[in-house]
Amino acid sequence: MEYLPNIIFALALIVGIGFFARNVKKLSRNIKLGKDVDVSDNKPQRWRNMARIALGQTKMVVRPVPGILHILVYVGFIIINIEVLEIVLDGLLGTHRLFSQLGSLYNFLIGSFEVLALLVIVAVVVFWIRRNIIRIQRFIKPEMKGWPKTDGNMILYIEFVLMTLFLTMNAADFQLQQLGVDHYVQAGAFPVSQFIVPLLEGLSTPSLILVERTTWWLHILGILAFLNYLYYSKHLHILLAFPNTYYGKLTPLGQFNNLESVTKEVKLMMDPDADPFAAPAEDESAEPEKFGASDVMDLNWVQLLNAYTCTECGRCTSECPANQTGKKLSPRKIMMDTRDRLEEVGKIIDANKGEFVSDGKQLLDDYISREELWACTTCNACVQACPVSIDPLSIIVEMRRYLVMEQSAAPMELNNMMSNIENNGAPWPYNQMDRLNWVNE
Amino acid sequence: MSEQLKVKTMQEFMAEGKQPEILFWVGSAGSYDDRAKKITRAFVKLLNKAQVDFAVLGTEESSTGDVAKRAGNEFLFQMQAMMNIELLNGYEIKRIVTCDPHSFNTLKNEYPGLGGNYDVIHHTQYLKELMDSGRLSVTGEGYRGKRITFHDPCYLGRANAIFDAPREVLSRTNAELVEMKRHKKTALCCGAGGAQMFKEPEKGDMDINVLRTKDALETKPDIIATGCPYCNTMMTDGIKAHEKEDSVTVLDVAELLANAQGL
Repeated sequence: MEYLPNIIFALALIVGIGFFARNVKKLSRNIKLGKDVDVSDNKPQRWRNMARIALGQTKMVVRPVPGILHILVYVGFIIINIEVLEIVLDGLLGTHRLFSQLGSLYNFLIGSFEVLALLVIVAVVVFWIRRNIIRIQRFIKPEMKGWPKTDGNMILYIEFVLMTLFLTMNAADFQLQQLGVDHYVQAGAFPVSQFIVPLLEGLSTPSLILVERTTWWLHILGILAFLNYLYYSKHLHILLAFPNTYYGKLTPLGQFNNLESVTKEVKLMMDPDADPFAAPAEDESAEPEKFGASDVMDLNWVQLLNAYTCTECGRCTSECPANQTGKKLSPRKIMMDTRDRLEEVGKIIDANKGEFVSDGKQLLDDYISREELWACTTCNACVQACPVSIDPLSIIVEMRRYLVMEQSAAPMELNNMMSNIENNGAPWPYNQMDRLNWVNE
Repeated sequence: MSEQLKVKTMQEFMAEGKQPEILFWVGSAGSYDDRAKKITRAFVKLLNKAQVDFAVLGTEESSTGDVAKRAGNEFLFQMQAMMNIELLNGYEIKRIVTCDPHSFNTLKNEYPGLGGNYDVIHHTQYLKELMDSGRLSVTGEGYRGKRITFHDPCYLGRANAIFDAPREVLSRTNAELVEMKRHKKTALCCGAGGAQMFKEPEKGDMDINVLRTKDALETKPDIIATGCPYCNTMMTDGIKAHEKEDSVTVLDVAELLANAQGL
């Protein structure tokens, strides 16, 4: 019976981490549904980008208020994890404040965790006010109704509760230390939780131990639960921001990829020696490659990683010229739709023993409308605005490619423009022989 | 009919067995659009003044395919690109300058993957270069006392990180440069990009060019400067929508520099 808490703790840990591992596996399987893309180039530059953008948060502070508050939560999250390590070891070994042997360093650590915890609480409260009281535009756009809104608030509540539990635990511990209760070693500094102590005054030692133990357990179980919440939430960005910034676009923003499958066909068309009636040399059974994207499997895996990384902050949408002028297009919605559809495809695969069976739906039309796609000016404001190197524009262009090359479904005016280019080498119906007329006008 | 411009085609250079210093890619807008043709002419006047030995492709030039690519027609883009590359490579072109940021972007970034490797620069960069080397200079008062705000074309600024060249050229006209609240990396699009120039906008509550012109008008400018023929059209229309066409003009950097030199 003596080891019962240790056993329960170990079990909780195994279950929590086990579920998380299962979700990570599913996540990775879904991302790999995307097409292959070569991102093995420029490794040093990629590491630098990850260090600068994800670790260094350089693009977050473009908007100073949320940027700095976000850094507080982020630093708090990372640093306080050192404390979680101690909690895990204590839980498994049945020790209490295992790291207290570090002496004054330990006091410094606990003291800074407390200060950070307080700052996280302050930031989280401000974030909540921005979302729910001030109602900042980008948080109340149409795509933020329902689950996305709940999710955003839920994360704030969880963080608030976890930090409060942590501080209450310390306060109870501090009080027990002062009472000289056995097992509660004199260790740590409590610059913040000392102000909670008066609330606990008058409690008997057993009650104090109950408070300390309860908050200790809730805190660590809460962290395990939060870990498993990630997969269902926009909060995945705390992990995926790192690979996403690593795999982010390195070329100038204006450079769109040239489709290789098209290059092959165009070269064949332009080759005067090519025999147009020659039998295709390749394997007959090979399906002709589809141009562009109508569903998530037509996108590449970095674009799918982008979708899971999106934390729905809406900076892209608030910078989008189409969105600012009342059009339906919202780059954030493009990312959210891609993720939702990918999740749906993943569920179909799960339900059919690993095989995808068409459900008659696709990303185009069922999630993203043509009106949204045609409203884009390809100005790259969304790409520039994203703090974690997501590229919504590449998905929009890939879907336009499908509409134009597979469906011939461009708006009529664009079809006119394109046939002008085909016929006379300019988007307007002017004779190519008149190209130099400006010299003498 | 204004003064005669000195313009030679690549064919003429070939016939003489010579290579030009640089090829001027005029682009479809610069060749056919009435407003953009004025920019082309202003730029050529500057090239003539600086005695640049430049060539154009003339009737051999064809759309870069950029707008087809943004619209999603990768086939048409690559057809155009490969045709142009065959021509450019045949002429052994090394260096290209253009007044159109869209041509600039695709020639510079998207043509190399299809076999077209050139040193491509935007006309504002080239004008700066000519001024730095002393081949062009503003001697008189230029635009002293005038407020000019520069609208960053997306495909020059955000897309290719060229922010300083147009501003440096403008500052040498002695004008007072004022920045819009959103400029450089965060500049708002004029609304023409991504093939929007050629279609009606989707349903919304405002046109993008009207919003962008509002940004510009807030700086109380005498002149809105641009470096793109499409931005020029959009901003000019925007000025009309705000009924400010009597007090504010929209001019390309090349036109401003040409005017400042009395060309």
